[in-house]
Amino acid sequence: MLCERCGQRQATVHFTEITNESKQETHLCEVCAGEIKPQGFVFAPQLSLQNFLVSLLNQELGGGGYGIPADTVRKCESCGVAEGQFVKQGLLGCGSCYPNFEEKILPLLRRVHGSTRHTGKVPERTGGRARLVKELDKMRDQLKEAVSREEFERAAVLRDNIRQLEKSLEEGAES
Amino acid sequence: MSFKNTLNSAHSKWMDAEGPEADIVLSSRVRVARNLAGIPFPHLLDAQKSEDVIHAVRLALVNKEEPELLGGLEISGLGELSPLDRQLLVDKHLISPDLLKNFQSKAVVLREDEVVSIMVNEEDHLRIQCLLPGLQLKEAWDIINRVDDDLEKTLDYAFSEKLGYLTSCPTNVGTGMRASVMLHLPGLKITKHLGGVLGTIVKLGMTVRGLYGEGTEAVGDLFQVSNQITLGQSEEEIINNLESITRQILTQEHAARNALYNDRREVIEDRIYRAYGALRYARVLTSEEAMRLFSDLRLGLELKMISAVPARVLNELMVKIRPAFLIKSAGRELSGYQRDVLRADLVRKEFEGLPC
Repeated sequence: MLCERCGQRQATVHFTEITNESKQETHLCEVCAGEIKPQGFVFAPQLSLQNFLVSLLNQELGGGGYGIPADTVRKCESCGVAEGQFVKQGLLGCGSCYPNFEEKILPLLRRVHGSTRHTGKVPERTGGRARLVKELDKMRDQLKEAVSREEFERAAVLRDNIRQLEKSLEEGAES
Repeated sequence: MSFKNTLNSAHSKWMDAEGPEADIVLSSRVRVARNLAGIPFPHLLDAQKSEDVIHAVRLALVNKEEPELLGGLEISGLGELSPLDRQLLVDKHLISPDLLKNFQSKAVVLREDEVVSIMVNEEDHLRIQCLLPGLQLKEAWDIINRVDDDLEKTLDYAFSEKLGYLTSCPTNVGTGMRASVMLHLPGLKITKHLGGVLGTIVKLGMTVRGLYGEGTEAVGDLFQVSNQITLGQSEEEIINNLESITRQILTQEHAARNALYNDRREVIEDRIYRAYGALRYARVLTSEEAMRLFSDLRLGLELKMISAVPARVLNELMVKIRPAFLIKSAGRELSGYQRDVLRADLVRKEFEGLPC
């Protein structure tokens, strides 16, 4: 059989590619197979982020989730995902896995992101307290700026607002 | 209606080649990952639960408060689309290849102009994406931010005060945001400075990938640069970082192009006109060769050496020469060789109408 691509050399490399329902066979010579490799067929390097994460997690769990006996493996109370499962896939089971496995996840986050504290967007409706805390941070920054610019009237207003917000946050925490 | 248009045309808004810095930056993309509170992440859901998530998104779309502002968003289950149409959405960069796995439990939302798309039940319940031509990261974030706000009026997101938006994979937690730019860097490649520049980018906390995302090879001198960190930085900080790094790369690429233009003009011209000739007259074209020739031609366009083929046409051709679109336009299954012939045909026809 001749190579499908160049039609000159003998086909020695045979690929079967299955995409959803369709199956396709390709017969190539070694030269063409070498050339076509990067595009048509998936020889993607397996050093993906997920694999990398999995190896980090293995370290975090002291040498590997695979070796942990089943009865000592903790499970997430909400979704039932076990630590070992997480280690294999690099995926958590649900939002509650974060607090439930906190002591494992926080060191990992520190390594991956260099941080364990969200400073970005807070959802308007479900953000709750976090929204107030963020607003407070913003006002404190504004206060510093006002003081450094010697805008004392503005600073006084900001200071009062901050105090009020702090108070309502404290009350919220107690109740 | 819009889905039908999307699937019958290779064109998408991001291919318009408008926008700032469009001579190097093909497109800017911002996506955020969101999950619904109290529901396990997609990889743990059975068919019924997955359908519940899709239903919730459907409701949120109906409840939109600013329908005009956000444009008509239409949802479709991936199972309702043919395998070819599903692949076409990947080829147009509207969904990720991952969404095709277990497609029965997944859905996609598209805005009519294809600038906004939402993947439902990929790695996270929602992945909201905005894709714009040129360097428009801030604009893309602004659009995403508004769509996100609007959806959140109906949907309860899994959010923690401390860790931000909770995601299936801890590498996305916090902002859940991945911002990226698609760059055409033939100058750095030819002058052999690419490795150094890309190495520096990685050291600065960015990731470099090929044309179709994670695990794909760089074809046609196209590279996707995106942020790696999602926790501890605000969305604006991430965008500003990526934008300033992108501007650095642009400066380097411009310098490389100028050097080529000044010192080796004939060599570059020769390369560009050979590419034009091959694309104009070839009878058999593999997609790999086509992508390489498109890159050369695009460089000619960017150096203003050639003007016959607008960048918009090249952007569209990148989708048209993909197997899914070829098979769709042929209306039947094609062998690899038949695809190479049809591909050459299609490119030739596109070039015939254009002045040299």
